[in-house]
Formats: sequence, structure tokens, C-alpha cells
Amino acid sequence: MNVFANKWVAEWLAGLGRVALLAWESFLSLITFKISWSDFLYQLYFIGVKSQAVVLITGAFTGMVLGAQTYYQFHKVKMDTATLAVVGVSLCDELGPVLTALMVAGRVGAAIAAEIGTMRVTEQIDALRTLATHPVDYLVVPRVVAAHIALPLLTIESICLGIGASYLVGVYLLGVDATYSWVNLLRYTHDIDVVIGLIKAFIYGGIIALISCYKGLTCRLGAEGVGRATTEAVVYSSITILITNFFLTLVLGKVASLL
Amino acid sequence: MIEARNLRKGFGTQPVLDGVSFRIENGESVAIIGRSGCGKSVLLKQLIGLMQPDAGEVLIDGENIVPMNERQLLRVRRKFGMVFQGSALFDSMTVAENVAFGLRRHEHLTEAEVARRVAETLEMVDLPGTETKNPAELSGGMRKRVGLARAIVYEPQIVLYDEPTTGLDPIVSDSIDQLMLRVRDRFKVTTVVVTHDMRTARRVGQRVLMMHDKKIYASGAPDEFFASPDPVVRQFVDGVADPKETPF
Repeated sequence: MNVFANKWVAEWLAGLGRVALLAWESFLSLITFKISWSDFLYQLYFIGVKSQAVVLITGAFTGMVLGAQTYYQFHKVKMDTATLAVVGVSLCDELGPVLTALMVAGRVGAAIAAEIGTMRVTEQIDALRTLATHPVDYLVVPRVVAAHIALPLLTIESICLGIGASYLVGVYLLGVDATYSWVNLLRYTHDIDVVIGLIKAFIYGGIIALISCYKGLTCRLGAEGVGRATTEAVVYSSITILITNFFLTLVLGKVASLL
Repeated sequence: MIEARNLRKGFGTQPVLDGVSFRIENGESVAIIGRSGCGKSVLLKQLIGLMQPDAGEVLIDGENIVPMNERQLLRVRRKFGMVFQGSALFDSMTVAENVAFGLRRHEHLTEAEVARRVAETLEMVDLPGTETKNPAELSGGMRKRVGLARAIVYEPQIVLYDEPTTGLDPIVSDSIDQLMLRVRDRFKVTTVVVTHDMRTARRVGQRVLMMHDKKIYASGAPDEFFASPDPVVRQFVDGVADPKETPF
């Protein structure tokens, strides 16, 4: 058992180190402008535009459920008009970036790992290398940069739609006063909440793209290898997002309190 | 010039290459033959730095590429074109985009110039007018030709072929052999062909190297090599299985 645990920890640390090296290699590639801009635009379209439907549905229904549940609790203590403020802060700080990132990890992370994994299995990555093209320049950097940019934009969309949907449910379905709802929303949701959400989304974009590219580039040969890489890309991205979220909440909350 | 010095490579506890050395001069055409799984493709990948040997040196024009990192290798790889066993075409691109890949990445040409070079190269591999097709629409032989067009469009000094005729019928194999000769003669490229197709080795190789028991077992001009009385060479050339041995 002990040997098994030691081996698991060693493999986990080695994997973490390799992801860190991939991140460093991507950074070096980016600052030396080796990125393929046409691929970057395509990835921005694929990660950003094509993910909108799933992200918007998630944002809207999360906002509605959160609004309804908060209303039922607050109604007991006659604080109905604080509902939208709670929804606003929750969506900006936590639920907006985290749920957006989890949905994108499921959709985009799986696609990235499967595409790069298949390229590896069919020797297309070796072909890239023989054509004097670094796989990090051509495959990883466009995806990482596109995900860094797309995630904050998707998060903003998701938050806006969530708050809007919550407002509709609160005002038109549950009968909360519209004016006081907006006043409280604006009073208790600060600029820093939006900034925290965007910083988190920016970081999660990098996490999803890096882990998914890493899983694709290192997948075992064969169909099973691609399948496993795809699953691991989604699972590891999601877990990393949730763990990172805890630490980011502590750090960014502390920083915000000092401002 | 390509020179391998005492290359060793193993996977886990299984050694595949154990002291492989040879030298290929500029413009020379060499066929490397040997049984399936004897390490021919591993050797070929080490010549272009796709795989690192455990020990030994690979010299390309006198420069040892073994200690180089991936970025340093990119410069050396511009001297190479490589045709893969499974063609390895980029399946998200059309034929023209596949062939133009190297040109677009490394040569500052106008789109019109790129299109002209792509059309010329496709004409040379007998696939004119296929620019807009997708790799999935092509037969095995056509995919090999597109792979070859992609490898030679930027006129490399060295072309490596990994099992270029495997899985093709004899007529298509013959046309691929002719194509390799055409490329060799037109561009005066150094050619290294890894194959277990005896006809390809005989026709394309000006010299044949045979791998056996993790080493270069025999080498020579095709006529001399295929007439060799050595029992190991004869068994392979004649394709005779040893009943006492499991051949796979």
C-alpha cells in the first residue's frame, strides 16, 4: 500500500512538473512571437464563440435557481429585496467563473485532448516536427492564449445572463420589488467582485488548455490511450479548477480587503 | 552527410539497437532493410531527432544532433523531408494546405507563389488537380504521394522514407518506387529508405544495409547484396521462415 502510494505521489509530482515545463515553454514561445495567429483566431472562435450556448444556458439556470432558493430563505426574515444582491455577488465571485470553467473544461478540454491525442497516435505530431515546427508553437500556444482570452468573456456573459434571469424570476415570478432589488444589487456588488471573477476566469482558461494539451501530447498510443487522455483532461482540469478556486478565493479576498 | 556512431537504444529492458554505425554520403541513396520489429523505424527516427538514442552520436553534415534540444533540432530538420508509413497527413487540412505547410511556415512567399509551388509539386507526384481534396477522400497510394509532396516541396537535402510501400498493391508500390527515383534524380537528394520490400530496396538503394540482431549485419551494393551467400541474408531475401523459431 505504501509503495503504491509513493508511486502515485511520484507520478503525480512528475506530471505536475511536466505541465509546469509545458507552461514555461508556452510562455517562451509566446514572448518570442512564434505563435500561429491564424490558428489562434480559429481557437478563439472554437473555444469562445462555440461554447456560448452551453455557458449561457448554465449561467441562466444557475442564476434562476440561486435566485429562487435565496428568495425562499430570505423571505422568512423579510429580506426579499436582498436576493438579487446575493445572486450578483455569488455569480461574480464564485459561480460565474467556476461553472463557466467547468462547462468549458467538459466541452473544450475533451476536444483539445482528443484532437492532439489523435494527432500523436497517427504520427501527425511527428510530421509537424519533421516540418521544423515546434508542437508547442503550433498546437499549445494558440489554444492557451485563446482560452485565456475566451474564458473571461464567456464568464461575463454567463454572469450577466445569470443576474438577468434571476431578476426575471424574482420580480415576475416571485413578486420581489424591482427597484429595491436593483438598488441592493448595485450597493452590495462592487467592481472588485467583477475583477475577482475575471482574474479567476483568466487563470482557469490557462489551466484547461494546458492540462488538455498536456494530456493530448502525452497520451498512450492506440484508441484506448486517446479515450483515457480525453477523460483525464476533463477530470484533472475540473479538479484543478475547484482546488485552485479555494486558494484564489482566500488570496484574492485578502487582497480585496486591503484595497 | 549522415553518420551514425555506435547508436544504442532500448525500451525498458528490451534493447533494440546495440551499437549501430554507418555513414551515408551526400546524394547517396540507401535502403535499410530488416525484419519487422528489428528497429529500422527507430533508427530512422533517430536520424532526424524524433527519438533520442540512449548512447551514440548522429552527425548531420558533421554536427552531432543528439545533445540538441527540440528548438535547436528545428534548424537541422529544415534539411530533411520525411515520408511516414501511415502518411501522417494533417486530417484537418486539404491536400494543398498539407503540401503548403512547410512553405507557409518557413518561407516568406506570396500566396500565389505558394499555390504555384504546390501545384508544381502535386504535378510531379502525379496528383494534379487534387488541391481541394481532404486526406480522408484519398486512397493509400495517393496519401503516400501527398506525404511525399509535403516532404519535398521546400526542396530538402535529405529525404527519409519509412516503409513507403507497405500496405500498397504491387502496381502502386512500383509507382511509388519510380517516384522516389524521380525525386532522387531531380533534386539530387540524399535518400534513406527503410523497407522490408525487397523490390523497393533493390530499385531505390544504391547501397543496402541490413539490420539483424540489433546491429547493421550486412551492407553492399544491391547486386552484390542480393547475391550474398550469407545464410541470414539469404533467409531474409528469400523470405524463408525457420520452423524452429516463432517469426513474430
